[in-house]
Amino acid sequence: MNSETMQMTTEHAKQKSRGQKRHRGKPYYRPYVPYLFLLPGLALYLLWAVYPLLYQLYISFFDWRIIPGQTSAFVGLANYQELLTDKTFWLAMQNTAMYAVVTVAGQMIIGLTLAILVNRVTIAKRFFRTIYYLPVVTSWVVVSFLFVYLFSPGDAGLMNFVLMRTGTIQEPISWLANSNTSWIAIYSLGIWKGMGWAMVIFLAALQGIPPELYEAAAIDGAGEWHRIRYMTLPLIRRTIFFVLIALMIGGFQVFISVLLMTNGGPLHRTEVALTYMFDEAFGNLHFGYGAALSYVLAVVIVVVSALQSKFLGRGDQDLEY
Amino acid sequence: MLATSNSQQRLLNLVIFLVLCAGAIIAVAPLLYMASTALDGVAFVQPYPPRLIPESVSFENFEQAFASRNFGRAFLNSTGVAIATAVLVTSLAATMAYGFARFDFYGKRVLFGVLLIMIMIPGVVLLIPQFILAKNLSLLNSLPGLVLVYSSGPLAFNMFLLRGFFENLPRELEESAIIDGANPFTIFWRIMLPLAAPAISTVAVFSFLGAWDEYLLALNFLTDEHLRTLPIAIANFRGQHSSNWGLVFAGSLTAVIPTILLFVFFQRYFIQGITSGSVRG
Repeated sequence: MNSETMQMTTEHAKQKSRGQKRHRGKPYYRPYVPYLFLLPGLALYLLWAVYPLLYQLYISFFDWRIIPGQTSAFVGLANYQELLTDKTFWLAMQNTAMYAVVTVAGQMIIGLTLAILVNRVTIAKRFFRTIYYLPVVTSWVVVSFLFVYLFSPGDAGLMNFVLMRTGTIQEPISWLANSNTSWIAIYSLGIWKGMGWAMVIFLAALQGIPPELYEAAAIDGAGEWHRIRYMTLPLIRRTIFFVLIALMIGGFQVFISVLLMTNGGPLHRTEVALTYMFDEAFGNLHFGYGAALSYVLAVVIVVVSALQSKFLGRGDQDLEY
Repeated sequence: MLATSNSQQRLLNLVIFLVLCAGAIIAVAPLLYMASTALDGVAFVQPYPPRLIPESVSFENFEQAFASRNFGRAFLNSTGVAIATAVLVTSLAATMAYGFARFDFYGKRVLFGVLLIMIMIPGVVLLIPQFILAKNLSLLNSLPGLVLVYSSGPLAFNMFLLRGFFENLPRELEESAIIDGANPFTIFWRIMLPLAAPAISTVAVFSFLGAWDEYLLALNFLTDEHLRTLPIAIANFRGQHSSNWGLVFAGSLTAVIPTILLFVFFQRYFIQGITSGSVRG
């Protein structure tokens, strides 16, 4: 027993030096032990995540009936064909992509700017980080109602009040009554809620840059802007890519804010992919159609995620200095 | 350094500080507006001019919120569901993570690959099949059923988080326990789990919050009024009393304050959780 473990330990040391973690000797545990560790979690995950994913594909080939007693008819690819010619679907996809582009750009620019400034400031770093992060921890349901209230029609709504006081607008705007101004409210919420998240990640990356690099650049006489453009940004470029892709994935899943602020209206003009899926499935009971729509969206998101791994490559840090 | 560049530096620092303050105001003003509306007492018209600080503090809206039959119940339901989800996610994710981090077994790579792929698929696109599955298993209108679905969502990602943590713990700790004749379960429970406490806390806090804030599954899974969770109760205030914003925001604040406290007190774990996602390879 003792010599066996001793042998294992030395073998281990050898493997470690090769950077491998595989046991070569007789393991100290019985062969079924690993499965006991995995089983509970795996069972739950298979039932509620893996199986639903496959089940969804199956549902999408049917004119699915949820009401007991009705039989679901197999329709093959008809749901997918219908999607291709569904104008509301294309509008919803277009709106979703637009939402992702606008809010991701806003969150990244503001988040990066704030991170650079917080990193520079000498006092109250933690205070600012906490404050900027508050919108992130506030639930989507709450902030969606909050923004409906902020963008209230009439002159008592905070947004109208501020804009009229500063002379930006003359008349109060009924923000959520038409699609263009609705988007302003929805985009603002997306950017406001997410900027703190981007900021925290950028700040962590900035804090990982050794200060000697800045000192060297200062001695070389590099100006403030130069240092940011040619030193900071290239050094945190992997983090920038990570934030970009993570926010894009999140942007394509925009849902609760639109559902609670406009519910896709007026006349489907502010519909996004998931509100349309939700309306088709749980509103019109077209579960097969909704399932097909979900699948298409999942594919779009996975393609975006795949780009992530492609761009981020193998390295896991920005360390290239 | 020269005196001029020093005072320039000071001016720049002041400007930066002011810009950050302006940003902070934008970040918190909507939240203050909400708090002020909730604390301002019952009003059926929006006060003009809008106030970020309430004129007088009154808990009328909160009293009304908790007087409505199901709000207190919703608070308890949410608390129970969120705690149960946090416990389930941390225990399942930790055991799986340890299994992948420290053992070799047949099928390891395949299973790991499947979980890796599944991480990319956003949970919300599974709403339809999860709903139908819950219906078929008679788990609609059941809080334990909701906990099961809530726990499955963040499981894969948290497993990866913890696996990375376990892999970085030195093996010598386990090896000396093996020499002492400890079995794998004792090693996991007595040695590895306590060492992983910081990472476990991160997972627990995030899964608690995820369940606390969840809206869509709760909306579709729970139809009995007494089973509803906080986000549903808040949305109902909005639906029933569309002009009574004080009530909606009193309910909202009740839901938000615990999350903000959790964030302020466990900030370290939040930051760790958020940034560990960004350095995952």
